[in-house]
Amino acid sequence: MSTTDTSSSVARGTLRLVSRETQVKEWLLASVFFACAFVAVLAVALIFAFVGWKAWPIFSEVGISEFLFGRVWASSEELYGILPLIQGSFVVTLGALVIGTPLAVGTAVFLSEIASPGVRAVVRPAVELLAGIPSVVYGFFGVVVVRPIVGDLTGGIGFGPLTAWVILAIMIVPTIAALSEDALRSIPMGIREASYAMGATTWQTIRKVVVPAAKIGIIDAIILGMGRAIGETMAVLMLVGNAPQFFAGIGQPISTLTSQIVMDMGYSTGTHRTALFGMAAILFLISMGLVLTVRLVSRLRD
Amino acid sequence: MEKRIANNIAVGVLWVAAGITVAVLGAIILYVLVNGVRVLSPEFIVTRPHGVNAEGGIGPTIVSTMYVTGLAMLICAPVAVLAAVYLAEYAHQGRVVNVIRFAADSLASVPSIVMGLFGFALFVEAMGIGLSMLSAALALALLMLPIVMRATEEAIRAVPRYIRWGSYGMGATKWQTVSRVVLPAAAPRIITGIVLATGRAVGETAVVFYTMGQAINIPITPLDSGRPMTVHLYLLAVDGINLPAAYGTALLLMIMILGFNLSARWILKRYRKV
Repeated sequence: MSTTDTSSSVARGTLRLVSRETQVKEWLLASVFFACAFVAVLAVALIFAFVGWKAWPIFSEVGISEFLFGRVWASSEELYGILPLIQGSFVVTLGALVIGTPLAVGTAVFLSEIASPGVRAVVRPAVELLAGIPSVVYGFFGVVVVRPIVGDLTGGIGFGPLTAWVILAIMIVPTIAALSEDALRSIPMGIREASYAMGATTWQTIRKVVVPAAKIGIIDAIILGMGRAIGETMAVLMLVGNAPQFFAGIGQPISTLTSQIVMDMGYSTGTHRTALFGMAAILFLISMGLVLTVRLVSRLRD
Repeated sequence: MEKRIANNIAVGVLWVAAGITVAVLGAIILYVLVNGVRVLSPEFIVTRPHGVNAEGGIGPTIVSTMYVTGLAMLICAPVAVLAAVYLAEYAHQGRVVNVIRFAADSLASVPSIVMGLFGFALFVEAMGIGLSMLSAALALALLMLPIVMRATEEAIRAVPRYIRWGSYGMGATKWQTVSRVVLPAAAPRIITGIVLATGRAVGETAVVFYTMGQAINIPITPLDSGRPMTVHLYLLAVDGINLPAAYGTALLLMIMILGFNLSARWILKRYRKV
């Protein structure tokens, strides 16, 4: 960009006029800023190193395939197979996405295409507030309000995937809605005007013009919502029932990677604890993989 | 005419989607408010929980929560703001910046339980800080870092270029321009970002669970342990003991977070220049 060139050459020009002292000071400050920015990289590297280091024994002693594809999680019998937990995480996440995505994308389309400024001024802050409610409050709300209803429906006590789906769906709405709305609003007004000028209705414009144009941004939003759901801990922990078994019905308790870590962390030792760090490492890899996917998808657009 | 009917139905469905979102928020707030307001009293806020059913108030947990989020904010804000200054003002687009952005995005997506275990492994055990305010604040600061970084970078980028040119034109150095012109102009949005990130930290549970401990304790030094409100609420809800106190804690948490959100909004409206 020509503007950056001008400003930096101006800065370079003035540097020759200032004292050596000022020059050194400017250079030192720039280094400090770089160091601050590098903290993010350092943090990710440290998380990777420390969680990986703590998890290493489970991969070397029990073996990666035994750990990942073992069908039984029973720490008392030293069986550390996390396949049911991985399945649980995906069952919970996908169900929440199925319920939450239409709601979130619908809300986003409503906000950017339909709502008048007055209505928008109510709905938009509501979406932001939903994002601010702590997950433990969502979990508590799920336990005292949603769980009894689900219990009546399924004839159990109500801990299980269905309860988690409902609450988790609400929790991912703000993530998906906010990012989808950004994508929709970045579509130039002229495209909409062209569509309306040809006699299209609001819905035709949304379905055939605006949403297809913002498609990649919406997909990004859904992937990030998925990341939020898969890493969600407290609410899921309070609602799924925490029985490390395979999915057997929407009212049957299951367990997930995140919830099992919290369940066992308090009393685990030795190999058991390294297994929990192994699960954390896998969660970390999944969430990084999703971020990477978003980057690749976004590159498609350019 | 058919397309008019389809249009009306579709628009109606979108209204319903937005309506559900608002209604759910309303339902959660109302439910917690109605059930929590009964136990809310000055005694509830200041006294300690005691006995097997955690009777009494939740005073120490409020202190712990405010202590740890305040400390996390103090640790996070300077680093995050300067990091954003680097990305927005100093960095040349290239591989290094790409790596930093990818790291920040990854950090933003780290599940809180992973951050909790990491904080436990590094700060509590390896560095020997123990279960303490400091360990929890460090882990929370890492969680807040990408949020504040992004808000600050956007704020800095929203400052018009000609203001910088004016400063350079008067012979100011880069740092003089950044510190006296760019940052003051971007300050309201930066502060809003910090306040919102702090609000996020108040509601964090899994991270503080493993870095702060659960002891009901009024923290004095950063090396003291404690029990934050979120963990207290979790323990009350899971054990099913003393539900009224759980409602009260949930309500106070929501009020605090609402306070953070509203003040962020107010700052933006009141002081926004760019």
